Amino acid sequence: MPSILQLDGLGKAFGAVTVADNLSYELEEGEALGIIGPNGAGKTTMFNLITGTLSPDSGAIRFQGEDVTKHSAARRCRAGIARSFQVPQPFSGMTVFENAMVAATQAAGMSGHEAERHCIEVLDQTALLEKANVVAGSLTLLDRKRLEMTRSLCARPKLLLLDEIAGGLTDSECVSLIQTIKDVHASGVSIIWIEHVVHALLAVVNRLIVIDFGRKIAEGDPKTIMASPEVQEIYLGIEVDA
Amino acid sequence: MSDSNYTVSRASPAAKGAAVAGAVILIVLILAPWWAGRADMRLMGELFLYLALASLWNLMAGYAGLVSVGQQAYVGFGGYMLFALTIFGGLHPVVAIAGAAVLGALISVPVAALIFRLRGAYFAIGTWVIAEVFRLSFAQISALGGGSGSSLPVDIVRSLSSSRSGREALSYWMALGAAVLVIAAVYLFLRSRRGLALTAIRDNELAAGSLGIDIWKTKFVVYVVTSALTAMLGALIFLQKLRISPDAAFSVNDWTAFVIFIVVIGGIGTIEGPIIGTLIFFALRETLADLGTTYLIVLGVVAIVVMLKAPKGVWGYVRERYQIQVFPLRYRVKTDSRN
Repeated sequence: MPSILQLDGLGKAFGAVTVADNLSYELEEGEALGIIGPNGAGKTTMFNLITGTLSPDSGAIRFQGEDVTKHSAARRCRAGIARSFQVPQPFSGMTVFENAMVAATQAAGMSGHEAERHCIEVLDQTALLEKANVVAGSLTLLDRKRLEMTRSLCARPKLLLLDEIAGGLTDSECVSLIQTIKDVHASGVSIIWIEHVVHALLAVVNRLIVIDFGRKIAEGDPKTIMASPEVQEIYLGIEVDA
Repeated sequence: MSDSNYTVSRASPAAKGAAVAGAVILIVLILAPWWAGRADMRLMGELFLYLALASLWNLMAGYAGLVSVGQQAYVGFGGYMLFALTIFGGLHPVVAIAGAAVLGALISVPVAALIFRLRGAYFAIGTWVIAEVFRLSFAQISALGGGSGSSLPVDIVRSLSSSRSGREALSYWMALGAAVLVIAAVYLFLRSRRGLALTAIRDNELAAGSLGIDIWKTKFVVYVVTSALTAMLGALIFLQKLRISPDAAFSVNDWTAFVIFIVVIGGIGTIEGPIIGTLIFFALRETLADLGTTYLIVLGVVAIVVMLKAPKGVWGYVRERYQIQVFPLRYRVKTDSRN
């Protein structure tokens, strides 16, 4: 399998605080990768670097073999990278449907009935169709998270970056979210998913990376990683007796 | 498929009614030279030009987030281009108005490259500084009267129409035409794919950039188009005034402060807002004209009250309360009744 995304020695610091420290990994096409790590470990920063919201101090990012390190966020999105924001960023004055249409027309380059059809299909999939005409600014937090998911799917991505999309869901909502993400993955989309709800994450991903202080501290098969004493100590805060 | 029962529409009954009413009002206005007096026509002509200025400022500030307090730069530039192109270029005034628009677009490109480096309040101050630079520069051109200004020669005025009533009718129709052109352009732009991008930028720049929207380019296009049309309006304004001077042409009060008042009172970020705001502004101005400077104090009080009681302006308040829109920009998803 060719790699769809390649991070090569990414570094980023805000003053004395290092948020990405020589970060390197590859994502194969069609792979689903999970990212875990304590709060403030630099997980969202990593997404900001991949999508172009932040530019790295050092290192390179390659998407589908092309160096995109210098490309704008908009250009990377049109190339096929879509993300959901951890803190939802809706277009508050527009309706849910219009939010979806922005993604379909601007990111995926669709127009007319094709764009409208696509948005309705995705809204149906993310259970927001009933609220299509509601102004996004008046949505609850849960629906705002659904809207994040909707918009990133309407962008018809090749690589989908999900940032803590499962937090705060009830069990049944979580089950349907997992199903949605599995469906998206099955349709050939590569996924990187940052999540604290570990059981949801493990239901989807093939590989796990643990990040702390902007560094990759462990990588591999999800079960092995979760069982390793190092991860339990650093990530879960469990003291491991020697 | 379950979603096959859903349809998307952009029209609404209110909008259809408004379109019919708008067409009727437009026909009545076109016929004004046969039913209105000379003073009324002058007033309405001025109202249309303010309506057009306000609609453009609203597109720029209310949608693209470019809060410029220097649009008088383009009003004055357009006015001076009318004088220069007719007096030195020998062009017909109507051709010169189009020429002013083209030159306005050209001059706005380097200006944009310069001031787009600034953000927020710095951008606003930057636009004002640019307008002052324009004013001081035109005051240096002695061929156009320098600091004291000049009048449009009689033969150029006569080239519009030989009779005074003919000129007045023509000037009125051009003002009406300019307002219709600007509102139609703003409406069609906002309804388009680029308009959807611009509305997204209005609401959230971070998300807009992450969804493939080129923010700089979108704002740049809006700025250049707005500047071109503002210069065209400037040419029209000074064709009515027949006299130009740097202080009148680049007046921040006349061409920016009143325009901002109109947009903020009417409702920023909506097409309807500037229309309502213009009507309120002219109603206040005509009823309070005898009060002298007290009139400006009243305007200030009205602005403060509206900002406190209805921060989104009169139309913003109406729209939230009654969920109506006259210009159908919204997408509505409807369930088909067949299922």
